[in-house]
Amino acid sequence: MMIGIFLTGTVLISCGLIFNRNRAFSYVLVCAYIALLWGLGLYEWFHVNDVELGFFRTDSLGLLLLLALCLVALPALFHGFRYLEKHNTDETPHSKGLFFGAMVLLISACAMAYLSDHIAVTWIFTEITTLSASVLIYHHRNIRALEGVWKYVFLCAISITFIYVGILFLSLSMKKAGLTDMSFGSLYDNRTLLDPYWLKLSFLFIFTGFTVKFGLVPMYTAGIDAKDKAPAPAGALLSSILMNLGFISVYRMYGIMAHTPLQSWATIIMIISGGLSVFVAAVYMTRIKNIKRMLAYSSIEHMGLVVLGLSAGGIGVYAAILHVLLHTFVKPALFFQYNQIYWIYQSKSINDVGNYFKYNKTGAIVILLAFFSATAMPPSGLFVSEFLIFQSLFEAHLLPLLIFVMVLLTLIIWGFGSNTFKLLFTPPATIDESAVPAISPWESFSQFALLALSVYLAYNPPVELVTLIQEAVKLVQ
Amino acid sequence: MSLLYMSIANRLVTYLQLLVVQGIILFGTTYLTLTEFNPVNLILIMLETLVFKAVAVPWFINHVIRKNRITRVTEPYVPNFLSLIIVTLIIVSAIILASFIKDEHLDKTFFVVALSTIFTGLYLIVSRKKIITHVIGYIVIENGVFILSLAVGNEMPMLVNLGIMLDIFASVLILGIFFNKIGDVIKDPDVDLLSNLKDN
Repeated sequence: MMIGIFLTGTVLISCGLIFNRNRAFSYVLVCAYIALLWGLGLYEWFHVNDVELGFFRTDSLGLLLLLALCLVALPALFHGFRYLEKHNTDETPHSKGLFFGAMVLLISACAMAYLSDHIAVTWIFTEITTLSASVLIYHHRNIRALEGVWKYVFLCAISITFIYVGILFLSLSMKKAGLTDMSFGSLYDNRTLLDPYWLKLSFLFIFTGFTVKFGLVPMYTAGIDAKDKAPAPAGALLSSILMNLGFISVYRMYGIMAHTPLQSWATIIMIISGGLSVFVAAVYMTRIKNIKRMLAYSSIEHMGLVVLGLSAGGIGVYAAILHVLLHTFVKPALFFQYNQIYWIYQSKSINDVGNYFKYNKTGAIVILLAFFSATAMPPSGLFVSEFLIFQSLFEAHLLPLLIFVMVLLTLIIWGFGSNTFKLLFTPPATIDESAVPAISPWESFSQFALLALSVYLAYNPPVELVTLIQEAVKLVQ
Repeated sequence: MSLLYMSIANRLVTYLQLLVVQGIILFGTTYLTLTEFNPVNLILIMLETLVFKAVAVPWFINHVIRKNRITRVTEPYVPNFLSLIIVTLIIVSAIILASFIKDEHLDKTFFVVALSTIFTGLYLIVSRKKIITHVIGYIVIENGVFILSLAVGNEMPMLVNLGIMLDIFASVLILGIFFNKIGDVIKDPDVDLLSNLKDN
């Protein structure tokens, strides 16, 4: 019922935003959307495991990611407004409307995909995220944005086809078992009956298809260009809630494989993909000069770690879910802060920036704290989850892999750190100090709040959070 | 056969004609295999294969080619003869792969055709330079996926059917809108121009 209201509301509001030319009215519409989204979050909180509209069921992982989405969507829309008003003088009411319409669609499609209980429904909403994300990436209407969106759309189209082929194979393996109901619940109940050969192929295709959203090798490349070219508030969503969409889909597929003899096979696939992702991130992070792309590669690294934790099993599954949640708060903080850097230096190259403490004190503190958070140094929240992932790798007797990953992480910290400290302390090559805008400390408030939340949730997790994660872990253990 | 021809075809117009041929073949096979379908569903599939795949999409790509004055040559990276051999190899390996599978729920002929079509589409994408050939390669993959869904079973659920529609709709919509835009921003849509987004 609530999902029906939410879907109708989303369609109405995004249409309203696209066609509306009045500024005040678009504020009202976005506020109404936030209220609707939070309403959905609260409603689902009290209706776990209820089936709605036949295809939606809120499991605990879906609920967790939905609540995280609610928390991140608010600052993302706020910074979206700030971005459009401050950054671009050539914004027309039409381009603004399109931007917010696409943001609303993207957020809703992710939320619906979290709650869907049917692989085909997830697939449809994944398609919608591709559509809305491509509008956001193409926001600036120039040739570089066009290149980014072209690559993104093309890779997403291929990957969505892969997922479709995977679904076809899944239906073949169900046919052998005599099943007709394709909902996740029914698949979990009958996982031992499914034909292993087709299930393997299906997992391979669906996993490969979702890596484009999840940000893993082999399909991660499109996401990097997308996050680079999309406006930073949209980039924040692409590297948090959209990656979570990939995570939850892979997690549910893995849930079907778990408790069957195929689990170890699936684990090997995921370890290869995760290890390579961390490797790729390390290679690029050490030589990258574009701040936004550096943030995007950092997300690849974190998702690689998540999938390693998931495949290691044991405490690793709990840690992987916690890591995904905390990453959802940390990475957007960095992306939101990026806009302020751009306003000051008018460049995203690390060669043109420097002495950030002098030009924007509050922003520099955010960057410093966010750097500690994103590289998982204590007191960062991600430190807890990353430590648990390492522990699980150790317990799973994957010592060579653990050492390999740790060496790569050191490289990543070095690359990330040298760029961040260059930004904060070294004087910039050239800067016109009279043109530096003054930035209100209040614009950094949401970043502080998100970072603080990630620390709080890691070191003092509320009982509800722990219960929900433990519920979600039961799916694969 | 159309796959083999496509591997050596040089002119974009030939590609389009081949897409039409594939669409009609798809129409024929669906008509012959899906006899126990209810009429509404059947009409939907017919519409999709005949009108959409065989008429609308090739016409649309033709329109885009004309509008953006794309040169008519496909500019492959590899010589045509080598392409021919590679596509033959793809088909042969698909047959061999299919012979290993023992599954009474699967129509093997369809499976072979589907696999070879999908991989030929992928091959077309990596071996050609022009963006428009990438789009055509993608549509070939789509055709392959369609055959695969036939291979998987006659009693295709409505959902899968809708899925195909959405897939084609979305891809053509995005690629189409987008191609018109490419014409506005750059005059010569070769993929070479879109290779500047790099690291560092």
